[in-house]
Amino acid sequence: MTARPLEPGPLVRPYGDRQDDGVVQLSFVLPIPPSERAREAAAEVARKLGLTQVLVASMEAAAERYSFFVVYGRTDVAIDLASLQVAEVVTRKKGFDELNEFSLREVGRRVVVLGACTGSDAHAVGIDAIMNMKGFAGDYGLERYPCFEAINLGAQVENVELARLAVERSADAVLVSQVVTQRDVHRDNARRLVDELERLGRRQQVLLLLGGPRIDHKLALELGYDAGFGPGTRPSTVANYIVGEVLRRMGKELHG
Amino acid sequence: MLLADGRHVPDLHLEPGEVDRCRELAAQVTAPVLGFVAQHTTVAIERTVLRLLGLHGAGPRGIPQVNLVADELHRRRLLGKGAAWWLGYVMRQGARDPGAIVEAIASLPEQPAPLPPAEEAALREAVTRETRAAVAELRSRVAQRNALKAELGTGPRPHKYLIVATGNIWDDVEQARAAAQGGADIIAVIRSTAQSLLDYVPHGATTEGFGGTYATQENFRIMREALDDESRRLERYLHLTNYSSGLCMPEIAFAAAWERLDMLLNDAMYGILFRDINMKRTLCDQHFSRRICALADITINTGEDNYITTADADEAAHTVIASQFINESFAHRAGLPDRLLGLGHSFEIDPAREDTIARELAQALLVRTLFPEAPLKYMPPTKHKQGDIFFSHGYDLMADVVGWVTGQGIQLLGMMTEAMHNPSLADRYQALKGADYVYRAWRSMGDELQLKPGGMVESRAAATLHAARLLLEEVAADGLFAAIGKARFGDVARTEAGGKGLDGVVARAPGYFNPLLDELEAT
Ligand code: B12
Repeated sequence: MTARPLEPGPLVRPYGDRQDDGVVQLSFVLPIPPSERAREAAAEVARKLGLTQVLVASMEAAAERYSFFVVYGRTDVAIDLASLQVAEVVTRKKGFDELNEFSLREVGRRVVVLGACTGSDAHAVGIDAIMNMKGFAGDYGLERYPCFEAINLGAQVENVELARLAVERSADAVLVSQVVTQRDVHRDNARRLVDELERLGRRQQVLLLLGGPRIDHKLALELGYDAGFGPGTRPSTVANYIVGEVLRRMGKELHG
Repeated sequence: MLLADGRHVPDLHLEPGEVDRCRELAAQVTAPVLGFVAQHTTVAIERTVLRLLGLHGAGPRGIPQVNLVADELHRRRLLGKGAAWWLGYVMRQGARDPGAIVEAIASLPEQPAPLPPAEEAALREAVTRETRAAVAELRSRVAQRNALKAELGTGPRPHKYLIVATGNIWDDVEQARAAAQGGADIIAVIRSTAQSLLDYVPHGATTEGFGGTYATQENFRIMREALDDESRRLERYLHLTNYSSGLCMPEIAFAAAWERLDMLLNDAMYGILFRDINMKRTLCDQHFSRRICALADITINTGEDNYITTADADEAAHTVIASQFINESFAHRAGLPDRLLGLGHSFEIDPAREDTIARELAQALLVRTLFPEAPLKYMPPTKHKQGDIFFSHGYDLMADVVGWVTGQGIQLLGMMTEAMHNPSLADRYQALKGADYVYRAWRSMGDELQLKPGGMVESRAAATLHAARLLLEEVAADGLFAAIGKARFGDVARTEAGGKGLDGVVARAPGYFNPLLDELEAT
């Protein structure tokens, strides 16, 4: 993942079949049966969203008292990419062998990494994809790297227990996965680990990574973590990030 | 092959010796487990007996009365005699209503005086009489449900199974009615996250849940009542299902039976593998809960589809088959007939690969052919769903085709928003519209298609069955506990003493008294 700084430049607009036509498609349900009034209500929803040239392409009864709509419209909004604030984990990658060799030499020992899906969340596949030998999409997991001592604790791990283990094992990094996000359960739960490590006086010693399909770097920072990783994350990206950060904390650099 | 419901599916030739051997091995796997089950009870089983005998309420701070009683008995190490025995004991001392019973149990001495034989016999007789009366009432409720089903008739197979999961039972009712109006045959109310780890069943109607709605007896009642009403309006019987898994399998099964649910997720190993519940606990609980399902004519759904969300669906296809044989054997041992076995499987091979349909078809047809009388539960793709809902919708339709051509009994409809959230009303509508189109368009094709002898589908099915047989040989030799310890199912390893709920497993004491079990075993 390399962030290319964008030149302030042309604005972008949604693209239908011609540059800057601003075409947008929407679908939604209104809690009324189909009728001409319902169709107009759907069009009005789109207009109030700022769309013009609104076309209600489909209106169907989804149930006795509900109508399903597909609506097209055009928007005038244009976005200046340079004006956006984007939080992103930036990692330049070394290959598998190179990273292992470099890390073992420069760190001088194996980097201890704990991984878990915490609280009542039972989804283990995401954290397994990052931690287990097999890895994800042909990219090896951290257990396969000689430069890591990687311990995958699985799912439903209590925060208190995880913090205790982090201290006991002198973990360099703790990887937390959160998949269930309904009603924001993941926020409180993810924060709890940070609180617990702070209570133990060890927050600063541990690199904290948060990941999952609804996680991004910005959210992770907000919750008190050092980095966040979203859907499709590759273990090699995580490996490079961890080694880079551990070295940085030692006053060294991964890419000299 | 002609199915009992009149549909045809392509013939799949299997080695009969291999199939028989799988059944034999599965019986060897389950026999020693049943030996263990026969010597133990659990807090959840005892609470179920207490529920049947009238302890329905909750005490201060919302703790169910059955938990208050079972916990007191367990703490004093008295549970091995059976909660029903102690209920009779305190009733003979004059405790009548539930509140008084809870108090009397709480004030039992640490070592209560034994009863003279005559009193003991009278106690057993009295509690057995009450149990029989309660079971008779349960049976009449089930009969009422079956009468409504017979009167209105059900939709054609496969039954379209849709999920509601708003967290609020009243919103669920609204969503369920809408789904039924759109063509759903089965409504599943998904449980709140982590309810399976609660060692009690929450009480009353609930309006707050995470990723689902709490399974409570009152919520069951509310939803069944609404579906009865909707069934009459639509002149088509609507089925209701919930989840008998986790630490309260038998209690949920009982509440579901009482409130006339039609189906339950009930898997012999799901809780062990996917919720880290102790294996001894789950294996005892599953047996008792399945006996209740047998009595209440509840179709169980097993959870093999989950194995291939954690393990790779191409590599682990045989584990699904092996587990189905084990689930079948456990079910038969609990008195469930084939027509109540909604064995689970799914369409989960990574769509980025080639010829996945050949392998999906092979798997679905293999399961169909191995279990011809069972109303198989077929799950749509879930694991490889991502945010592109348009692709997901196409992907789901592919599963609908395979489900149709292979004659599945219960089709869970895939949601294009699977990777995002619990389904919204529009998602269900699209899923139903797509599935109806597939069933219409492919109507007679099950009878038209023939497999190429020795072709990709046939050889894949044979290879999977063979691998399942080898796995069963290994599990039969090692024992089920050890096999789970070696991650033979779903790539998940669990230990005999690990997981939640082992402290709730109790050895049956001499003279163990469980009049509900006696009734269930007599059925
Ligand atoms: C498989 C699955 C299950 C399996 C889990 C088996 C297991 N042992 O893991 C089972 C069947 C048990 C299950 C149960 C439930 N599930 Co589920 N499940 C899924 C499913 C289908 C796939 C998830 C998955 O494995 N993805 C594949 C992995 C590889 O992707 P990933 O998790 O995104 O991980 C990648 C990245 O995010 C990242 N990553 C993840 N974690 C981390 C951590 C770190 C540190 C880093 C760096 C990176 C990282 O790297 C990974 C590789 O790229 C999704 C739907 C979907 N398609 O997403 C629903 C889904 C996640 N489940 C859901 C729900 C609601 C549940 C239940 C609550 C349902 C219920 N009411 O019972 C229960 C949860 C029980 C509990 N206590 O948690 C919802 C969540 C909705 C939400 N946003 O909150 C989803 C989205 C389905 C839905 N539409 O409703 N589920």
